[in-house]
Amino acid sequence: MSEKPERTYLIDNENLAGMLSEGFLGNIPHSQALGIETVSAERNKATLKLPYKDELVGNLSTGVIHGGVMISLMDSVGGMTTFCALPAMEAIATLDLRVDYLKPAVAGLDIFATGECYKLTNTIVFVRAVAYQTDISDPVASCVATFMRASSNKIQGVIK
Amino acid sequence: MKEQKDIFAELRVSKDFEQAIEMIPYAKMLGIQFSEDEAGLPIFNLPFSDHNVGNTALPALHGGVVAGFMENAAVIHLMWMMDSPIMPKIIDFNVDYTLSGRAQETYARCEVVKLGKRIANVQIKAWQDDPDKIIAVARSHFKLIRE
Repeated sequence: MSEKPERTYLIDNENLAGMLSEGFLGNIPHSQALGIETVSAERNKATLKLPYKDELVGNLSTGVIHGGVMISLMDSVGGMTTFCALPAMEAIATLDLRVDYLKPAVAGLDIFATGECYKLTNTIVFVRAVAYQTDISDPVASCVATFMRASSNKIQGVIK
Repeated sequence: MKEQKDIFAELRVSKDFEQAIEMIPYAKMLGIQFSEDEAGLPIFNLPFSDHNVGNTALPALHGGVVAGFMENAAVIHLMWMMDSPIMPKIIDFNVDYTLSGRAQETYARCEVVKLGKRIANVQIKAWQDDPDKIIAVARSHFKLIRE
């Protein structure tokens, strides 16, 4: 069997890699509002951090971060992971996303999310992700999401 | 100090929608509002604000904002409709995006598909101009904490 021809990765482009890890979230107003930061970005994989903030709380009596914030974090890490898997810059859109809430997040602790692209097709990017606080093997939430790739130039870029 | 569920129960009686949102910091941050329709069912709206944008080029709302709005709607809907308004615990949330959310006001409605003893299954639909043009549909399971 012959080996598949080597494919290209957007993340391998030094100029774009810097933009991905530093500029990507800076261009997304809601990610900035939440305070999401990039921890790492590599081929097919990305990790983001959501620092604990009082305004993101869902239940005042427990101080636990709102489940809706977790969806934003998962959507962000999914998008970031998608860019880490794409061969070149293109527009993407979330098609669907599922979050399973495995255990309550501990109030006061930051939340990390690590995403992995496990399949890239011509039209769809398949991503899974986990969110955790201190130990990635003991996650607070897991996620599976699909992203649609740009089909035409009619769709404007996600990144300016 | 009064318990959260007692405060919420009072707000429900006085129909103080604004104060109910005040009790959920993330709902307040997004800018969620709600009221009741003629049938007494909650209807939710999210006025546009710059910090809810996910794509500045289009511009479009952040997918997480749309989903977060819908998830808040489901939680508040359950608390508004149940006898004892203890905040339900989310188990899972599954959202399908059918249109991109434009930079304008967004609306949502919930339907409790199944209200069991321990679990509720809620369907949430979100739209902008036209209730028939859904921008996202979601279903979510919640664990109910009963007294």
